[in-house]
Amino acid sequence: MTPLELLTRWLARQLPADAAAWLQKSSAQTRSSGKDADLYFAVSLVARKLGKADLVLSDADLRDANASRTGWDPRDWSADQAARVLLVLALEQDPQRLARALDQLCNSADVSELVAFYRGLPLYPEQPRYLARATEGLRTNIKGVFEAIALRNPYPSEQFPQAAWNQMVLKALFVGSALWPIVGLDRRANAELARMLCDYAHERWSAGRPVSPELWRCVGPHASGTMLKDLERVLKEGTDPERRAAALALRASPDPAAAPMLQRDAALAKAVAGGELTWERVVAAA
Amino acid sequence: MKFIDPHIHMSARTTDDYERMAAAGIVALIEPAFWLGQPRTNAGSYMDYLSSLVGWERFRAAQFGIHHYCAIGLNAKEANNVALAEEVMALLPRYLLKEGVVALGEIGFDDQTAAEEKYYRAQLDMAKELDMVVMVHTPHRDKKTGTIRSMQIAVEQGLAPGRVIIDHNNEETVEDVLDRGFWAAFTLYPHTKMGNERMVEIARRYGSERIIIDSSSDWGVSDPLAVPKTARLMLERGIAAQDVEKISYRNALAAYGQTGQMAEKHWLDPAAIDQRTLFEGNSVLRGQQPRIDELQQIPERIKDLVFK
Repeated sequence: MTPLELLTRWLARQLPADAAAWLQKSSAQTRSSGKDADLYFAVSLVARKLGKADLVLSDADLRDANASRTGWDPRDWSADQAARVLLVLALEQDPQRLARALDQLCNSADVSELVAFYRGLPLYPEQPRYLARATEGLRTNIKGVFEAIALRNPYPSEQFPQAAWNQMVLKALFVGSALWPIVGLDRRANAELARMLCDYAHERWSAGRPVSPELWRCVGPHASGTMLKDLERVLKEGTDPERRAAALALRASPDPAAAPMLQRDAALAKAVAGGELTWERVVAAA
Repeated sequence: MKFIDPHIHMSARTTDDYERMAAAGIVALIEPAFWLGQPRTNAGSYMDYLSSLVGWERFRAAQFGIHHYCAIGLNAKEANNVALAEEVMALLPRYLLKEGVVALGEIGFDDQTAAEEKYYRAQLDMAKELDMVVMVHTPHRDKKTGTIRSMQIAVEQGLAPGRVIIDHNNEETVEDVLDRGFWAAFTLYPHTKMGNERMVEIARRYGSERIIIDSSSDWGVSDPLAVPKTARLMLERGIAAQDVEKISYRNALAAYGQTGQMAEKHWLDPAAIDQRTLFEGNSVLRGQQPRIDELQQIPERIKDLVFK
């Protein structure tokens, strides 16, 4: 099933009959009328016609989502978001019109609408078209909008050039978002990002502010030279979650100097080698 | 006591104002679209402004535990730039039905020109078609004539008086407004509109039925605490508490809540965290904690209750 078919099925299942009928009628009209005003009105009216309950999804639904579009993870979507994305996708047979309409919708969107449109990014046809929209969206000061793009969304890892990717990861730390829900976090790790993150850690240390243990996850695979010195410092002086993070990062480092550093903390070295210590556990403990 | 300021231009105000308003008991406010103090030169800047009313400003208010609603419309002053006005009229349908848009407004007369009348009527038609409430701005100059004319036109366009709030009233206009069945709002604005001692006397004389107070605070010398200050002054001067509550809270809720976009449950029974918008995020506070938990706190006394 396509994402549009899945959204249609999930919403029809949970909405009252009259609300589901309104949505079906509105999406058909959006498709057939050719008038953008129909789409604007329908998108605006979604919250008052359908309410804002959570989208109820089973594990099987989430598997269907991922099968329909790899990496699509609608687990924390709400009904109004699903419906707004559905209304946009009603135009998917005409990718050019969809792109134009989405641009207009984003330009006059309220916060809930923006979150919905950005969560829908991986579902729109002709994916590269939306690169500028996605990087523009990340310039927001509204955390919910930022996270709609950055977290549980496969679009950035698939489409972003390295500079944009690195800015997104760094901004996630700045605004206090967790890194682990970023899709492709390990795959897109790179030496430049590792350097930026170490610089950022130094800034935080100078200011006497805490550093997220997750930061070291993106450093480890590219850690060498002075970066190893940073990890050594964290392993020695950090909080427990930070020390565990440093141990994992040292383990991931390709530099032969990393292993002896890790061995100086026998307990952590053992936990890492035995696979008991994972990034998921570091995050859970932090 | 809880308060609503049903007319205030927060885009022109600071975070200090938001903090003081929340501390004084203001739980909700309405920000109507108006001009920027100088005329806009293109529809694009109007569009960005309307977007900020449903976007950034709403988010900013939420950081301080205040529920932000808005009214969307083409104001009277800028209706006189016909080229701009035409483009703005075409933009309005993109905003009018959004969540939290409680009214079409503020619209009406400034210089009472033909262009102002044309776009006032056209927007009343829009409000009628979309079943919206209307916030009417009454003019500073030739006020009484302009106020009566605004009401006559609203009736001519088929609006029910109970769906229309006539704002910026004074002693000279209040009777006409109440007699015709419209809501009568009073702007407590130092120097140019109403001082709040006068407002106490109006409450004494006309009671609390369909009477609303607001601050219309903006970039001019104005007071974002005008509603709580005036409510306290009314209490101190012997106006009954239930009347004060109607004038400073409940009537605004009844008038602007008619389309369901503003409801008491939004602040009495809020979701702990709005999962859709993550409104607990604190990018405005830059590291401080949001003040949501202090929402209902009212300081012992607000200094300088009276302003002229």
